[in-house]
Amino acid sequence: MSVTVSIPSAFRRHTEGLDRFDASAANINELLDVLGNRFPELKPHLRDEQGNVRRFLNIYVNDEDIRFLDKDYKFAEGDDVTLVPSIAGG
Amino acid sequence: MSNQASTKPKPTQFYELRCRECHTPWGNQPISFCQKCFAPLEVVYDWASIKPLISRDEIARRGTTLWRYKELLPLPDEYDASLPVGFTPLVKAANLGDALPGGSARNKSLYLKNDASCFPTLSFKDRVVAVALAQARNFGFEVVSCSSTGNLANAVAAQAARGGFKACVFIPSDLESAKVLGTEVYGAQIVRIAGNYDHVNRLCSQIADKHRWGFVNVNLRPYYAEGSKTVGYEIAEQLGWRLPDNVVVPMAGGSLITKIYKAFKELVELGLVEAKNVKFFGAQATGCSPISTAVKAGRNEIQPQKPATIARSLAIGNPADGFYAARTIASTGGWAEDASDPEIVDGIALLAETEGIFTETAGGVTVASARKLYAQGRIKPEETTVLCITGNGLKTTDALVGRYEASEPIAPKLAALEEYLEQKLVGVYEAFGEARAGARGGVL
Repeated sequence: MSVTVSIPSAFRRHTEGLDRFDASAANINELLDVLGNRFPELKPHLRDEQGNVRRFLNIYVNDEDIRFLDKDYKFAEGDDVTLVPSIAGG
Repeated sequence: MSNQASTKPKPTQFYELRCRECHTPWGNQPISFCQKCFAPLEVVYDWASIKPLISRDEIARRGTTLWRYKELLPLPDEYDASLPVGFTPLVKAANLGDALPGGSARNKSLYLKNDASCFPTLSFKDRVVAVALAQARNFGFEVVSCSSTGNLANAVAAQAARGGFKACVFIPSDLESAKVLGTEVYGAQIVRIAGNYDHVNRLCSQIADKHRWGFVNVNLRPYYAEGSKTVGYEIAEQLGWRLPDNVVVPMAGGSLITKIYKAFKELVELGLVEAKNVKFFGAQATGCSPISTAVKAGRNEIQPQKPATIARSLAIGNPADGFYAARTIASTGGWAEDASDPEIVDGIALLAETEGIFTETAGGVTVASARKLYAQGRIKPEETTVLCITGNGLKTTDALVGRYEASEPIAPKLAALEEYLEQKLVGVYEAFGEARAGARGGVL
């Protein structure tokens, strides 16, 4: 499936300045692999040593935090994926 | 150039931002997370330089506001300390102590830190905003903003009005009307978002990423959060420069509990209080309890929740400092509890009926959770315990709808009153009758 990833400004030095990136992936795990392979400098910021999404990285699919989605959630064509480093607020 | 000009005091900023995880220093700038590893930032201080500047006597000579701890806060050299924020009462709560499990008030040492009376907008958020706006001016922001569950919007709007900032605040669409009105009245622009606080918060992170606005709890957050430390400084000073055994703190984003912990640690480091192993207890609403759930499960990692509670000021399902709050609680030997909506309302009523303090839903959460902690024996009656009451009940009267019935009016005649008392208030009538007889006896 083709999905669009919104890249926050803090990540753009690792993505050749791109603020959006169209990727083909079936699910979140695949998407993180695609992003990591395409942008090697971004790779260590996506997953920790155990392969889990980093504690301070928030990922949303169409406004929904991925932690609320089914573990085997499969992307639909045109899904919007947003990366937010270190959520603030409170 | 004259000698006098060259001897002008140099700026004295003994603080800077540092990453909480990789410890990279970032100087002073409006950013909230590490540009290297993307973990949150916090303010660190040069205590060796600060220590000679502050003492108990020096603090005692200063005005009773949070500015009395100015060296311990990340304030620019030029800031407006004229707003009398903070230094709220620490109230001995003998009646509440009597009503809580674990024995009578006689052997309880229970206190309330009452920020329901904080100036100017009746919540502890006045503290954090005071510090954040000092830095907003320092960094040259003209527009200040926030994502808010209500109290923060009130504080930003009020202090922005006084400070000459434009304010634009973002709130979930279901906030209590008093909190919305209490923002609009100051002339702030309100943007209501169709979603919960976590939706609002994420949007604000994206706006702050794109526009040069001073979001107090996004790009100014490391400075803003330091304002919460003043709750801890005040508790220690008001207890006679000693630390309590326990504190019970409501948790939304989880920042306040970590900052009170930080405040106590700093006071020890500065030699202003003796070291003590204070236990930190967190309180959440059952309908939004990501932190207390983690604590009860023995982990620090937070699983976000979708909030469903009347305690809207605590309704943050993805708490920014949840991990650090859970870690603080566990590392101090504390615990976390949560309260259902009916328990929250009972907590509000109990505090009002015993201590004459009307708190908002967050305070109801704190009181209800404290009741459980006493009942479980996690808090011992003889230990000095402080409950943090962080907001005012006049802002969340919606939560009490249905609990109190409006009485029928009666004619302005003594006979009508006598009849009313006989019918409706038998116990009061008897007491009234006894008092009346007693008074008569006294006269005769």
